[in-house]
Amino acid sequence: MITIKNLHANIEGKEILKGINLEIKAGEVHAIMGPNGSGKSTLSSVLAGRTDYEVTEGEVWFNGKNLLDLSAEDRAREGLFLAFQYPIEIPGVSNVNFLKTAINEIREYKGQEAMEAKDFLALVKEKQKLVELDGKLTNRSVNEGFSGGEKKRNEIFQMAMLNPKFAILDETDSGLDIDALRIVANGVNTLKTKENAFLVITHYQRLLDYIVPDFVHVLYNGKIVKSGPKELALELEEKGYDDIKKQFDLA
Amino acid sequence: MSLALDNKTSTAQLLLNKLSSISGKNEIIGFEEMGAAIQYLEEKGIPTNKDEEYKYCNIDAVFRKEFKNIENDFSVITALPKLDDCINVYIHNGNFNSAEVHSEKVVISDLKTAAISHKEIIQKHFCKYINRSLTAATALNSAFTNNGLFIYVPKSVVSQKPICIHYLASNTGEAMIHPRLLIVAEANTELNFIEKYYGYENGKCFATTTQEIIVGDNAKVNHYRVQAENVNAYSVSSIDVQQGADSVYNCNTFIFGGALVRNNHHITLNGKNGESHLNGLLIANDTNLIDNHTLIDHAVANCNSNELYKGIANDKATAVFNGKIMVRRDAQKTNAYQSSKNILMSDDATVNTKPQLEIFADDVKCSHGTSTGKVDEEALFYLKARGIGDTSARRLLLQAFAQELIDKIEIESLQEEVLDLFEGSLK
Repeated sequence: MITIKNLHANIEGKEILKGINLEIKAGEVHAIMGPNGSGKSTLSSVLAGRTDYEVTEGEVWFNGKNLLDLSAEDRAREGLFLAFQYPIEIPGVSNVNFLKTAINEIREYKGQEAMEAKDFLALVKEKQKLVELDGKLTNRSVNEGFSGGEKKRNEIFQMAMLNPKFAILDETDSGLDIDALRIVANGVNTLKTKENAFLVITHYQRLLDYIVPDFVHVLYNGKIVKSGPKELALELEEKGYDDIKKQFDLA
Repeated sequence: MSLALDNKTSTAQLLLNKLSSISGKNEIIGFEEMGAAIQYLEEKGIPTNKDEEYKYCNIDAVFRKEFKNIENDFSVITALPKLDDCINVYIHNGNFNSAEVHSEKVVISDLKTAAISHKEIIQKHFCKYINRSLTAATALNSAFTNNGLFIYVPKSVVSQKPICIHYLASNTGEAMIHPRLLIVAEANTELNFIEKYYGYENGKCFATTTQEIIVGDNAKVNHYRVQAENVNAYSVSSIDVQQGADSVYNCNTFIFGGALVRNNHHITLNGKNGESHLNGLLIANDTNLIDNHTLIDHAVANCNSNELYKGIANDKATAVFNGKIMVRRDAQKTNAYQSSKNILMSDDATVNTKPQLEIFADDVKCSHGTSTGKVDEEALFYLKARGIGDTSARRLLLQAFAQELIDKIEIESLQEEVLDLFEGSLK
């Protein structure tokens, strides 16, 4: 699905990613954990195509395409999805109009006809149930006046609507109460198939009780310093990041 | 203001010499008003951008262009535009042409006829407000307007159908036209009217549009202006609104083009509990200069005014907003709000905004806010991250920016037209 080789990235001249290597296959869920400032959000931003980061070395292959050559919109059209850590409020753009435009631009990219209005509405209805999103919210402006939990659920709702091949959840759990966390995780688990893959970026182990990863990676100081099965997350939760810090600061 | 500079006077003199040989001088008003207008031009001349009020709008250069007054020829108009569910009225080269037959109790006529049929009203109002603070454009208009439009809503009449005024021009070469409008909505009336300005295909046109609008006690007037002009249009509109007690005046202005568009909107709240809402949306493309100047004069207590102007400046265009709020000493309990928001779409575009508050009363609520920036990059990235391309993403954001102003249009057919014009003007 996606192969990241020796990825280095800077922002304003400061190196944040210092050689990331990661391979994620279809049907897999990977989790990236790490202390604050380790480069977790930079990784998601670089993969999604934010232009304020400069990739200085390395490559990323996404279903046979050189991801780093694609614009942000083309990455999305190829099936990459980023659930934002801080979803943006866009007053005046309705959720529905936003999603309709997105779906139809993706379809156009793939050489498909625009979706019929009634099919679109049926899809909206079906998918908003999945994340228990109030129908009224879908008619409102994108994220405007949404609570923190509603914003995160709206991210998962958008993911369900766009049905990506590879989704990155960037600290989707931060600031969520347990009910919202359960809803978000349930959405992800329902959408999970053998054909798609997820990268769950989180600071806490809690989310991984609900979205069970196949692999856990520890990101520290711009590098993946440790990888293991899902038990690694529990170990980190217990011991904290101090051991990791000590071990790799010394090295 | 120091208008009496020699080079300005010479521009005015140049114009007067040029125009004095033309027939069709103002026949409606008495020689007194016309004399005052000409005298003003002779004394004050044309403002340059050294004049504070025209700092960002070099009108002198326009006046110096070779514009001429022109004769009327109605026969050249072939297809008349129409707006559905309205009484359509046509102004041709600044003069009244025709109005659709209607069954409203509203008088729609040309000013020359009205000067006879509604002599008292004309004498009471015509030129009376504009002459209090003449400008070069209004002085020219008063001196040379030929036969403008008169709309009269007699006491307690509620006009059902909106009146749509279409401004047509069919000139070749460089023409100066002087559209004139007098609207009198008496006490307890309601009036909806729309003005539509079109582009000039064949020649350049300079318009000195001058309007006096009287909103009587407890009357409500909804005014819409749609200025979709082109690169051949130079337009200075001076709109003087006089409001009575408990009256409401709403004006929604939409400007989508014009080489130079300057609107001077001057509201005087003369009666208690009056309410004014001025809203504007503009897109300035190419090298357009679009300049909204508003002055809301709170002359008495307990009135409310609200202004919201939004601009999108592309290319090398310039958008100007200058909003002055005057609160007189007796105008206690005034509420006056003003907001100007602008988006710069190119590095070469310019936005100038200037709020001015002059408050002489001590128990008032006044505020103003202004912002100018680029399209929100975070929002843009969010849209792109969902697969929406750069062009569509920008359009979505600009539509979102404009939507609240388009939503203020209460006439469905007009709202559709404005939305089309808006979308068509986006780059």
